[in-house]
Amino acid sequence: MTPTIAVLLIITFLLSTVGLLLLIWSIANNQFSHGQAAARTIFSPGEEGHSEDPARPAETAFTGDNLDQTEALEARWIADQSSRAAVLTWLSSSVFWLLLGSVFGLMSSIKMHLPEFLAASEFLTFGRVRPVHLNAVTYGWASMAGIGVALFLIPRLFKTSLAGGKYAVCGALIWNIGLILGLGAITLGLSDGEEWLEFPWQIDVLFVVGGALCAVPLLLTAANRQVEHLYVSSWYLMAALVWFPILFFIANLPFTFPGASGAAVNWWFAHNVLGLWVTPIGIGIAYYMIPKILGKPIISYQLSLIGFWALALFYSQVGIHHIIGGPIPTWLVTLSIVHSVMMSIPVITVAINHHGTMMGNFGRLKDSPTLRFVWIGALMYTVASLQGSMEALRSINVITHFTHYTVAHAHLGMYAFLSFILFGAFYFIMPRLTNWEWPWRGLISLHFWLVSVGILIYVVSLTLSGWKQGLALLTADLPFMDIVRMTLPALKARTLCGLLMTLGHLVFAFHFVAMLMRRGKAKEQATLFRPSTKEVAR
Amino acid sequence: MKRALAIMVGAALILLLATLTLVVMPYLQMTAEQVPPELKPYTEQQLRGRQVYIANGCMYCHSQQPRDPAFAPGDRDRGWGRASVPGDYAYDQPQLLGTMRTGPDLFNIGARQPSIDWQLMHLYSPSALVKDSIMPPYRFLFRHVEQLEEGDKLVNIPAPHGPKTGYIVATEDALALAEYLLALDHSYPAPTLPQPEQPKD
Repeated sequence: MTPTIAVLLIITFLLSTVGLLLLIWSIANNQFSHGQAAARTIFSPGEEGHSEDPARPAETAFTGDNLDQTEALEARWIADQSSRAAVLTWLSSSVFWLLLGSVFGLMSSIKMHLPEFLAASEFLTFGRVRPVHLNAVTYGWASMAGIGVALFLIPRLFKTSLAGGKYAVCGALIWNIGLILGLGAITLGLSDGEEWLEFPWQIDVLFVVGGALCAVPLLLTAANRQVEHLYVSSWYLMAALVWFPILFFIANLPFTFPGASGAAVNWWFAHNVLGLWVTPIGIGIAYYMIPKILGKPIISYQLSLIGFWALALFYSQVGIHHIIGGPIPTWLVTLSIVHSVMMSIPVITVAINHHGTMMGNFGRLKDSPTLRFVWIGALMYTVASLQGSMEALRSINVITHFTHYTVAHAHLGMYAFLSFILFGAFYFIMPRLTNWEWPWRGLISLHFWLVSVGILIYVVSLTLSGWKQGLALLTADLPFMDIVRMTLPALKARTLCGLLMTLGHLVFAFHFVAMLMRRGKAKEQATLFRPSTKEVAR
Repeated sequence: MKRALAIMVGAALILLLATLTLVVMPYLQMTAEQVPPELKPYTEQQLRGRQVYIANGCMYCHSQQPRDPAFAPGDRDRGWGRASVPGDYAYDQPQLLGTMRTGPDLFNIGARQPSIDWQLMHLYSPSALVKDSIMPPYRFLFRHVEQLEEGDKLVNIPAPHGPKTGYIVATEDALALAEYLLALDHSYPAPTLPQPEQPKD
């Protein structure tokens, strides 16, 4: 038995002992008592049973039946307004990076089947355009939008005003400077050379500082909180904001991890960006939006807490499944595979809660833009995660590794899951912050259909093609170039999808700017307190 | 505040555990691995070529990690070489293992295509040598001159892929990159066998 395995065994033993003690302690101290009452903390008094979706047409907003209830709603309106500057800064930035990232994604896609496209310039060669796409959509779009939505939800979840919002505004500025410098560095060929870690480490410091500045309002607001119980969304958001800086800092330590051990660190980090950063943000938002729009609490609150800790424990150790068959110790790969499969536990608990709460309310998908985006995102989380657990198995991975199948899977997670939830959150948040209606509801539908059809064809075509590619690569029966030719139809289909999604983003960005500029029809009251359209018609 | 802090500390501790198992322990084990005696450190020119490889993102389409034939026989059967071991990467900072095979594995490209002329021609115009190749051309790594000067590395490009008049000359970057690719030759035997799949004990 090697010393490593001995250490592993000892750690496992100590951990399980600590876990057992914690369990005994929590049962003795009645820590499992949060029942459905805790799940109702997101509603104002009397609000349960009423839908809140400012993006929905003909919505009768709940304004309270008595003075207490109206006061509670007014307090929430004040809380919403308190986060306005910070949230708008992060969200506006994210929309810009979404557009830029989409254009670079589309460019990469075209280059995959037309190698002569923009090939003359070294700054636009495939190997630079592709990492610009990845970093712009990950750290620009997904991270900035995620932080923006988190900043909006924090005062709501803590039922108090956002304290220290100016730190977050400052953080956004630094973060944006980091992105400009980082993406510029990649374009100039100054990449650090590892996937997801391309930004030169000197520039990474800016992200650590920018992110840390967002932790200040989080902590200040948490200290002022007016709620007895912290709703599960706040668990996910707080944890994500703790995890990301640690991950980002360790993985970017320069000159620390040589050779093959660098690969382990690389994928420990890259998968944790998904698992411990964007996933908790996405799930946390869905845990808020779905019950809020339906006006009913999630069906099992205890399950949601189990899901949270299971996610923390299992997701943090799955990264090495990206190097199955690679030059690293077998125990390490096995550890990650076991955790990848264990991930089905938190995924299923989240699925029971998200989809179970939706039961009997699927009709609402027709009229609520936010619910439609968020629920489809939640559904795709279930699909992408279960697919990911399967992909980590050696027998499946030997086929899918190194192929376009993995690319399809990544987009299923980052786009169909996370970006959809973020889109839904945008449609919810913007009317609340700007006290303005979405000017043209038809554009929301157009956005929805463009991106939905785009990502659907994207995932289906690359999944099928990638699988065939993987099977062919297993043996040497087919010459390599024949396999490349085999994948060409899917690569071309992807360009079409990229075009559809980019168009969808243009519609979305246009609508977002129109919202900021207060286009469309004026109204007299805050969205929350507006009279229903039907009443006006009468 | 108590609970909020408990959640954040708990979350950080769990991540610390994962860091211990996925970062610290592999680091300790892998850096202690034996370096194959035949593995030569990179020359200065090869290191420069490696930077060109990084700058232009070659690893987004090419891996450098043939797998165990018992696991994925295609890797060996295509002539990509024996399974790689941690020691093979002793001089790689950062590692360039790659996760995509839009193009073939390059761990032994220096052994498969040992001619620098082939490498340079291929970099200038991949489709001139490999029909239908979707690899982008790296013409920006070359100079187009009317007159050859002393010390210029001439690259003969077969028609119609080359220019109509004049010559194509490799820049220092192109030469360095080609030298790096030629250095990717790990055909020596591995002192530590690729770890076989072991049943858990």
